[in-house]
Amino acid sequence: MGILTKIMTTAAVATALIATSASAETKRIAIVAKALGIGFFEAAAKGANEAAAELGDVEIIYTGPTDTTAEGQIEVINSLIAQRVDAIAVSANDTDALVPTLKRAMDRGITVISWDSGVAPEGRQMHLNPSSNPLIGNTIIKLAADHLPEGGDVAVLSATTTSTNQNIWIEEMTKVLPDYPGINVVATVYGDDLADKSYRETQGLLQTYPDLKAIIAPTSVGIVAAAQAVTDAGKVGEVNVTGLGLPSEMAGHVKSGASQSFAIWNPIDLGYAATYIAYELASDKAEAAPGAEISMGRIGTVTLDDNNEGAMSDPFTYDASNIDEFSSIF
Amino acid sequence: MSLLKSRETVLGLAILLLLALIYSRFPGFVRPASLARVLTDTSPLIILALGQMAVILTKCIDLSMAANLALCGMVAGLMNMAGVPLPLILLAVIALGAALGAFNGILVWKLNIPSIVVTLGTMTIYRGIIFLLTDGRWINAHQMSAGFKAFPRTVYLGLPVMTWIMIVIVAGFAVLIYRTPLGRAFFAVGGNPHAAVYTGISVGRTQFWAFTLAGALAGLTGYLWVARYSVAYVDIAAGFELDVVAACVIGGIAIAGGAGSVAGAVMGALFLGIVKNALPVVGISPFWQMAISGTAILVAIAFNARGQGQQGRIILKKAEQRE
Repeated sequence: MGILTKIMTTAAVATALIATSASAETKRIAIVAKALGIGFFEAAAKGANEAAAELGDVEIIYTGPTDTTAEGQIEVINSLIAQRVDAIAVSANDTDALVPTLKRAMDRGITVISWDSGVAPEGRQMHLNPSSNPLIGNTIIKLAADHLPEGGDVAVLSATTTSTNQNIWIEEMTKVLPDYPGINVVATVYGDDLADKSYRETQGLLQTYPDLKAIIAPTSVGIVAAAQAVTDAGKVGEVNVTGLGLPSEMAGHVKSGASQSFAIWNPIDLGYAATYIAYELASDKAEAAPGAEISMGRIGTVTLDDNNEGAMSDPFTYDASNIDEFSSIF
Repeated sequence: MSLLKSRETVLGLAILLLLALIYSRFPGFVRPASLARVLTDTSPLIILALGQMAVILTKCIDLSMAANLALCGMVAGLMNMAGVPLPLILLAVIALGAALGAFNGILVWKLNIPSIVVTLGTMTIYRGIIFLLTDGRWINAHQMSAGFKAFPRTVYLGLPVMTWIMIVIVAGFAVLIYRTPLGRAFFAVGGNPHAAVYTGISVGRTQFWAFTLAGALAGLTGYLWVARYSVAYVDIAAGFELDVVAACVIGGIAIAGGAGSVAGAVMGALFLGIVKNALPVVGISPFWQMAISGTAILVAIAFNARGQGQQGRIILKKAEQRE
């Protein structure tokens, strides 16, 4: 592992040196992944390159440690500082551990933003969240409603009763429920993020509510277990399982028809947006301050809140048309 | 004596009472199709409870059963992805499960480490191995072959194959426990280890075989579990070892060893399975569900504690009469 890191660091330095001599005008933006070799981040790098091609005078340095540790990322960032890159966009392995190193980068005039997994406010200029709680809450009910033009009963299969994320999303979903007339949320049950309990709770829902039209599971274990339970109950086509899941985990259930569609962030868009924002900030076209609006190219603009955080967009919807493309990515 | 003899009867009545209570809230639960579904859902718990029963009989406990299940399930999934035919996978997971159980058994037997410590350690080791095998990645429904997923669900004479496997195991296990020297040795070692040594039974060796048996059953269940839920990842069946111990305790297997019956273990598992399956349909707030599950276990244990002192002797006497 140590040797591998060294080789890759050397390679990165070498590439950077060659690039520096080639053109001084080009903005060099480093995309730092949690670790190399993870499909999600490889896809983000693809998005970053897409943004670079659009912007023209941008060179992307996609790098990261070989395993998901803060120490590895600190090493990588130190070498990026030494290479005098223009911007660093990092998905952090630790909220606080990277702060001193990133502060040093900012002191040298390097633009620092975090994306996906954030850094504490003092260690970055802004943070880009893939989405926001209100957007997710709206998306999960919309996913169900889109396939129910005449309305109907839907139920929620959550993780545990104390899962903060899921509880907030369900709360946000309840707020926008009046926008979807005809959709009745008849029950919220908890599968505790265990496959067997989620499966049993789904069976319970199918028995208790024979007219159930959709199950919304905003948890990756729950959505897979619910889809399997619906398949085993022979209710594919009658009950649509939707919510938040990963394409690689849901591919089979989308193909079987148990799930018409589901959502999660799109890593390509995320890498694209992070690059765009880093470029805007590094070339002083925008400033990271509360209330600021920064362009994200084809995705739109992000508005920063009091913590200099912003949400990119609604979660991206995956269905039979694009599942194959993404299931190999993450 | 009469009360102890009717231990299984008491449990049977408790199950009937439970079903009646559920019927009053949700009549559909007691339909045959629904009960068959509950039986199928409880099959893994029953199989594991039998393995755990053998271990508990010998004054040990196996906390690594769920981790063993998860590791064997993951290996089954990986073998399936590599294109290995199903019969070979089944043999392999049973052998692997037995080996993992035997590892526990060796440590308990040869190094004299208390079983709770050994299995607490191997529990973490086995989960860790899954992570090493997969880097934390999942095996998902579309990566498993259709036959791999379909085998436990294939309906044969009205019940899925998984349920039939459970029934065959219960029958085989009853024969092993009541009709073979090894089965007797389980009771003897737990009931009175010193007397067992004088009759020529090796305590350590008997415990070793109990662990190996439990491991083999956990290995087989690993495949059934992964095929049933069509997903394998590091954390499958997390915490399930405690359900298994609870099923044994509810079923009247004396935690001090040496006493218990196959029927008790099966009914203990069924009781727990019915509670788990009924809670979602009877319309009780999820916030109360955990409290209710816990109370059911405590009540059963309270029943247990009342007669435990005498139970050991009585069962041994039973075995004596059978000679």
